[in-house]
Amino acid sequence: MIEASPSPEMSAEPPLASDNSSPMIAVRSLQKKIGQQEILRGVDLKISNGETLAIIGRSGGGKSVLLKHMVGLMEPDSGEIWIQGQNIIGMSERQLGTIRKKVGILFQGGALFDSMTVEDNIAFPLREAGERDRKALRSKVSEMLEVMEMEGQEDKMPESLSGGMKKRVGLARAIIRRPSCVLYDEPTAGLDPVVADSINRLIRRLQQRFGMTSVVVTHDMKSAFDVADRIAYLHEGRIYFNGTANQLQQSSDPLIQDFLLGRSDGRGD
Amino acid sequence: MVRFFSALGVPLLAFVQYLGELVLLAADTFRCIFTHKLRWKLFLNQVVEVGLLSQLVVIITGAFTGAVFSAQTFFQFNKLGMGSAVGAVVSVSLCRELAPVLTALMVAGRVGAAMSAEIGTMKVTEQIDALRALAVYPVDYLVVPRVLAMMVSMPLLVAECIAVGIAAGYLVAIFMLDINGTYYMANMVRWTRSRDIIMGLSKAFCFGILIVFISCQKGLTTREGAVGERLARSPDLQFFSHHDVQHYLSGGVSVMLHS
Repeated sequence: MIEASPSPEMSAEPPLASDNSSPMIAVRSLQKKIGQQEILRGVDLKISNGETLAIIGRSGGGKSVLLKHMVGLMEPDSGEIWIQGQNIIGMSERQLGTIRKKVGILFQGGALFDSMTVEDNIAFPLREAGERDRKALRSKVSEMLEVMEMEGQEDKMPESLSGGMKKRVGLARAIIRRPSCVLYDEPTAGLDPVVADSINRLIRRLQQRFGMTSVVVTHDMKSAFDVADRIAYLHEGRIYFNGTANQLQQSSDPLIQDFLLGRSDGRGD
Repeated sequence: MVRFFSALGVPLLAFVQYLGELVLLAADTFRCIFTHKLRWKLFLNQVVEVGLLSQLVVIITGAFTGAVFSAQTFFQFNKLGMGSAVGAVVSVSLCRELAPVLTALMVAGRVGAAMSAEIGTMKVTEQIDALRALAVYPVDYLVVPRVLAMMVSMPLLVAECIAVGIAAGYLVAIFMLDINGTYYMANMVRWTRSRDIIMGLSKAFCFGILIVFISCQKGLTTREGAVGERLARSPDLQFFSHHDVQHYLSGGVSVMLHS
């Protein structure tokens, strides 16, 4: 099988890198095998401060694996990941704790703690950081629920929440400590188009309100075009395209066109 | 021939790897206990879950064991004219062997399986990844409170089982078997030594440690798709582990206490 070479339209450097300061996140030559299968085969990526990058790709292509590497939940076979100038590869779980306070992550299903209420879930990071003042905790949780348009839901348990509500609560928990960067793992997966659009608007609102750097892993193209400043296409374990949404849409590369148009080429791969 | 050794070697290697993972988890847990802050609220919740809510099943098990053992022992001892020795036999047996093993079986079935299921569910729904992403070490949060609760609760549960078993045995002996209560108690006190109680409580502690680490390890290494099967195997593994450990513990503690 001939391996697809990177698209000629792929930029070597992110076009929106506005200054020469070090990027928020830098991934260098990342490789990862799970079992016998090569998932990542040398991923190079830079994400600048304040920008929103969407990582798109086919299902099972390694997008979520790449995302988990960025917060140290998985260790690569080789390569480096730099977060605000620190290489996180080789750090112990304790050392990663400091890095993880700067990076929030929204998991695909929300990953809410099912023995806790909505309020306790959102307040969890603050309690773990040592906050004991109940009034202060309640006030911060209420503020977050207002941002998420979920006022009055404090006492609900996760099992009584819809999919969209779970993601909102998960997001509130991820950002309550105002991290510098938020990672989204398929934020609109499993949601109807209306709810998915509300999540996209929420992501945009958070970017504008808090100025957080965002990395959104998705195969929902509408979501990618709605929220992203820049889009990277992960194909066969490497970054195949890295540019703006306009550049992506105007690309004549057949692989990119197939993905954008949702066209299977019938080769069964 | 190669296939035979491969068939033998693969499960053996898997078992050795499993034992290694258990030991590493135990080492990590004890390191966390001594070097990091303890979550007292979680610990107290687990004491209620492990200890308080297991009392009914332990009391029932202890009572029926003591009563039945008392009766069956009497039927045989009476033939030799030693009916009044029943108290001593019931007491020593409960202290040394029956109470620790039966309590451990009840707790493994009730608490161990629940722990595996709870932690396994957290694993497959990414809640453990969420803990790590929120800079909370899963062993600190999930395993340490459970280990401490088990270390405190198991000896108390076994002590309760012994007490209830002896009491039930005494009631059966007096009211159903017409054994003289004074001789029953005198022989029981005479032949039950402190080392029998120490043996029982030591085993309780060891079995509790086994239950909690096996359960937590099973939960933490759960993979999607086979959750039910893997977790269902957990109580069986604990049962066999207890029996193996029971033999070695009985021998070892007996040697120590008799020397």
